[in-house]
Amino acid sequence: MAFFDIKGLVNPLSTLKQFGNKPHTVEYPKKHKETAARYRGLHFNDLEACIGCGNCSTICMNEAIDMITLADIEGKGGDSGLRPRVDNGRCCWCALCVEVCPTGSLNLTKEYNYVTKDADAFLWTPGVDNPEGKDNLSFTSDTNTSLSLFSRVPMPEMDGKERVKSFAETMLYYTEEAAREEASRCISCSLCTEVCPDHMHIPEYINAIAQGEDEDAIRIIYDNNPLGEMCGKVCTRRCEDVCALEVRGEAVAIRWLKEYAVGRASTAEMLQEIVSPDIQAPNGKKVGIIGAGPAGLTAGYYLALKGFDVTIYEGHEYAGGMVMYGIPKYRLPMDSLNKQIDYMKNIGVKIEFNTYVGKDISFEKIYEENDAMFVGVGFQKPYDIGIDGEKAIGVIPAVSLLFDVNNGSTPDVGNKVVVIGGGNVAIDGARVSRRLGADVTIMYRRRVADMPADWEEIEGAEHESVEIMPQTIPVEIISDANNRVKAIKYLKAEMVSDGKGGRPRPVPIEGSETIMECSTVIGAIGQEADYDFIPDEFRNKMEFKWGKMLVNDDLQTAIPKIFAGGDAVNNTADAISAIADGFNAVKSIEKFLMK
Amino acid sequence: MMKREKATTLYLGPQHPGITGNMMVKLKVEGDTIVNSTTHVGYLHRGFEKLMERRNWLQSFTIVCRICVPEPDPNEENYARAVEEIEGREVPERAQWIRTLVLELARIGTYLLWFAGQSGSAGLYTMGQWSIGDRDYVLDLFEELTGGRVYHMYIWPGGVRRDLPEGFEAKVLQTMDYLEKRLIQYDKLMFDNTIFQKRAMGVGWIDPEKAIEWGVVGAPLRAAGIASDVRKDDPYEVYDQLDFEMGHATTSDVWGRAQVRRFELEQSINLVRQIIEKMPKGEYYNRIPNPMKWVVPAGDAYVKTESARGEFGYYVVSDGTNKPRRVHIKGPAYVHAMTLLEDMLKGANVSDVSFIMNSLGTCPPEIER
Repeated sequence: MAFFDIKGLVNPLSTLKQFGNKPHTVEYPKKHKETAARYRGLHFNDLEACIGCGNCSTICMNEAIDMITLADIEGKGGDSGLRPRVDNGRCCWCALCVEVCPTGSLNLTKEYNYVTKDADAFLWTPGVDNPEGKDNLSFTSDTNTSLSLFSRVPMPEMDGKERVKSFAETMLYYTEEAAREEASRCISCSLCTEVCPDHMHIPEYINAIAQGEDEDAIRIIYDNNPLGEMCGKVCTRRCEDVCALEVRGEAVAIRWLKEYAVGRASTAEMLQEIVSPDIQAPNGKKVGIIGAGPAGLTAGYYLALKGFDVTIYEGHEYAGGMVMYGIPKYRLPMDSLNKQIDYMKNIGVKIEFNTYVGKDISFEKIYEENDAMFVGVGFQKPYDIGIDGEKAIGVIPAVSLLFDVNNGSTPDVGNKVVVIGGGNVAIDGARVSRRLGADVTIMYRRRVADMPADWEEIEGAEHESVEIMPQTIPVEIISDANNRVKAIKYLKAEMVSDGKGGRPRPVPIEGSETIMECSTVIGAIGQEADYDFIPDEFRNKMEFKWGKMLVNDDLQTAIPKIFAGGDAVNNTADAISAIADGFNAVKSIEKFLMK
Repeated sequence: MMKREKATTLYLGPQHPGITGNMMVKLKVEGDTIVNSTTHVGYLHRGFEKLMERRNWLQSFTIVCRICVPEPDPNEENYARAVEEIEGREVPERAQWIRTLVLELARIGTYLLWFAGQSGSAGLYTMGQWSIGDRDYVLDLFEELTGGRVYHMYIWPGGVRRDLPEGFEAKVLQTMDYLEKRLIQYDKLMFDNTIFQKRAMGVGWIDPEKAIEWGVVGAPLRAAGIASDVRKDDPYEVYDQLDFEMGHATTSDVWGRAQVRRFELEQSINLVRQIIEKMPKGEYYNRIPNPMKWVVPAGDAYVKTESARGEFGYYVVSDGTNKPRRVHIKGPAYVHAMTLLEDMLKGANVSDVSFIMNSLGTCPPEIER
C-alpha cells in the first residue's frame, strides 16, 4: 500500500452520494414512530376485570408494584378490592406481571412517553391514571401464553356403571404425584381464605403439599379445622368459586387437596402423632355441648385443647350429625369420619352417644352442671313438599331416606323414583336411590345452571344415569286405592325474567300437564331445626327468627351461658360454616369463662 | 543517550466517550507513548449475580439481559439453557431455531455497533452514524419479535416467550438484503479508507503464542490465527445444522480483528437466511410450572455460547429451591479489558487506547457482574 493510495482516498468520498437521500431518522417530535404490535410500554389494568389477587405484585422482580385500595372499588367475595399501582421509575417492562395475571386484566400498552418533574407522579395506578390505555393495548397474554396453569389435574373416578352397584367411594382421589402437580398451580393469592367461612389457611397448606411437606399441611389444616378430611370430601367449597384461576380456567382443586393431605394419616393415632397438639392443663371449667355434628365436634376439640372439660351429648349411635347421617357413604365413608372423631376422643373430648337431650338427659341438667353450653343441633326436620297427595305411602323426605340408608337399612323404593329439589340433598337422594336399584328422575323448577347443588355432584348423578328434568313443577302425587304412590303429575315451566335484571322465575306452561308413573317420591326442598328439646323456660328467654336461633357476634344467645352455632344459627347452613361457628364459639366461651 | 521525558499520569474514563461502558484506564505516559497502564473497574457494579440469589428462577431471567446492553441475548440463552440442563427440560425444536435466529440477529446488531465504535475511535464518524442507524433496523425486528428493542427478555427456560409474529420472516429477509447492500458502502468508507488502514494495521498486537494462555477468545483469538468458535467447537441450539465459516486473520492486530468481524457479519446475514429457510413449524415453548412454585432440582450446569465478543459462559447452581443458589457469569471482557488491555497498552500511542479497547469488544458489566 503506497502512501498515496488513490482508492483509499476516493472511496470514502462515496459518502457524498448520500446527499439528497431520504433520511432514516424519524422527525421527532413532529412524527412519532409506530410501535410494534407486541411493544412493551406503560401498563393498563382493566379495573372491572381485575380481582386484586396481587400476583403481579408478587412476581415483580423490581418490587415496582404494590396493591392499593381505591375509593370506588370495594372488596367482595373473589375480589380483594385492591388494585395494582406501578412505580414506573422502577419498572423494567419485563411484563412478567402480564404473563402471570390470571384474569388477563393487566396488559402493556403502546405508550412509552411519560415526562414529569414530579418524582411521585411516576407512581401510577394503571387504568385509573391512563383510562385511554384501553384502546392502546399492545403486549397482552391470552390463556395459551399465560404462565397461569388453567387446567386442573383430573380427579380419577369410578365408572358410573360400577358405582351404582355399591356404596363404595366414587372418587379415587389424587395420588401423591397428582396432588403435587395440582397444588403447584396455586398462586397463593388468598382470595379463597377470605370467603372460606372458617378462613382456613388454604394457600399455606397447598404450598406445603406442593413442596412435599404433607405433614405440615395436616398441621396447618388442623389449626382451625378438626374435620379436614370430611371437608376434603364433601365441603361446599366456596373457596373454589373465587379461585383466581377460575376466571379464565379451572379453579385449584382445593377440596381434593385437603382430602389428599389429611388422608396421608390413615389412623387416628397417626393423626395425633402428626398434629401432636399442645394440650393445655385442665382449667377446671366444664362445657356441655349438644349435638356431635361439625359445630359441636369442632367446639369440643378446640375447647379440649385449651384445657376445658368437654362432654358432647349426641342423640344417635354415631357422631358426625348431618355429615354422618345426611351424607351418603359413597361420598364420606364411615371409617374416614370415625378416624377423625376417634382422634378427638383420644385427646379428651367425651361423647355421650344415644343420649337425646330432652329424653335421656334433661336440658336443665346440662345447663346446671356446666359452666357454659354450646348448642349445635343442625337442621333435621324436613319441609313438606307442599303439593296434593304428599301424605301417600311412598312419599319420603330425602333426609329420612339418607338416615335409614346410613343407619344400615336398605329401604324398598321400588323401580322408579322421582326426586323433587335441586340441592345437594336432592342429588344425594337420587344417587342413593340409584344404588337401591331404581331408575331416578330429578324434577327441578329452574334450569340446571340454577341448581344450588355442587356441579361435581350434578355431573356424578348424570354419570350414574340419573335423569334431570329442569323447569319441571310437580303439582300432584297420585296414589292407588291403598294410598300408595302410583304416579306424579307435573307441569313444564318457562323461565320469565322479572324485568329488573333479577333471577328469572319459572312460570308453568298451560296445557303442559304430564303424568309420570313412579313408585317413590322423594322430597328434598330443605330442612329446618327442631327445638323441641329446649324447655319452654329457656326457649322463652332465647330469641328466634325464621327458624334460626339468634346470637350476638360472640355466638352467645340471650342466655349468657348458652352459645350456639351451626345450621340452626348461620345463614349458609353447611358443614364448613358449622365448623367455623364451633371454632369461633371456643374463643367466645374462653373469653366468657376465663375473664 | 536519549533524554527521558517526564512521565505524566492520565486518567481515561470512566466518562470518556472513547471508553466502552463505564470503566477507567489509568495511564502513565511519556509524550504520546504509554509506559504503564492500570485498568480500574467498579463504576458499573450492579451485583447481578447476587440479585439472582434473591429472585426466583423466572424473575432471574429478567435480570441476565442487563449484563450486556449491545448483546443481551447470549445471556438469556445461556441462563435458559443452564436451567434446562439442570432440570432436564426439553426445548421444542422450533424454539431452538428461533433462539438461534435471535442470537444471530443479536450478533449482527452488535457488530454494527462495533463498527461505530471502531470507526468512531479512529475519527470516522460518518461510518458510526450509518452503522448505528442500520442497527436500529435490527432493533426494529427485535421490537416486533419480543416487544423490546434493547432488552428483549425473550429466551426463557423452556423455549421462547412468543412465536414469530405473522410476516416476520419476510421482514427479516428484507432487512438482511438491505444490510448486505450496505456492507459494500461500509467497505468503501472504512476498510478502503487509508486513514483507517494506517490506524489499524500493526496496532494492538496480541502475541498469538500467548493468546490461549491469556484466555483471549472470540474475534481477537481468530484474528491471531487460531480457529476457535463455540458454535463450531461445541455446537449448541441448532448450529450443527447450519453452514457457515469462521472469520480468520493472522495479523493479530486491530486490522485483523476488524477483518474477522466484517467477514462474520456477512456470515451471520447468511446464517439468518438459512435459519428462516430451515425453521420447522411446531411448538415454541415447553411450559414451566407455576413460576411462584417452580423448584429446580439440585444440580449445576456450565453452558457457553459464542457471543459477538467471544466465548460467554454461565455456571448455574441449584440447591433444589425456588431460587438459584449461585449464578456465575464469565464474559470475554474479564480477560480482554482487564489483564490483556493493561499489557497491550504498554508502548502504545495514547490516541490508540479507545481504538484498541474497541477492537477487543470491551463490555465492563461483564467484568463486574
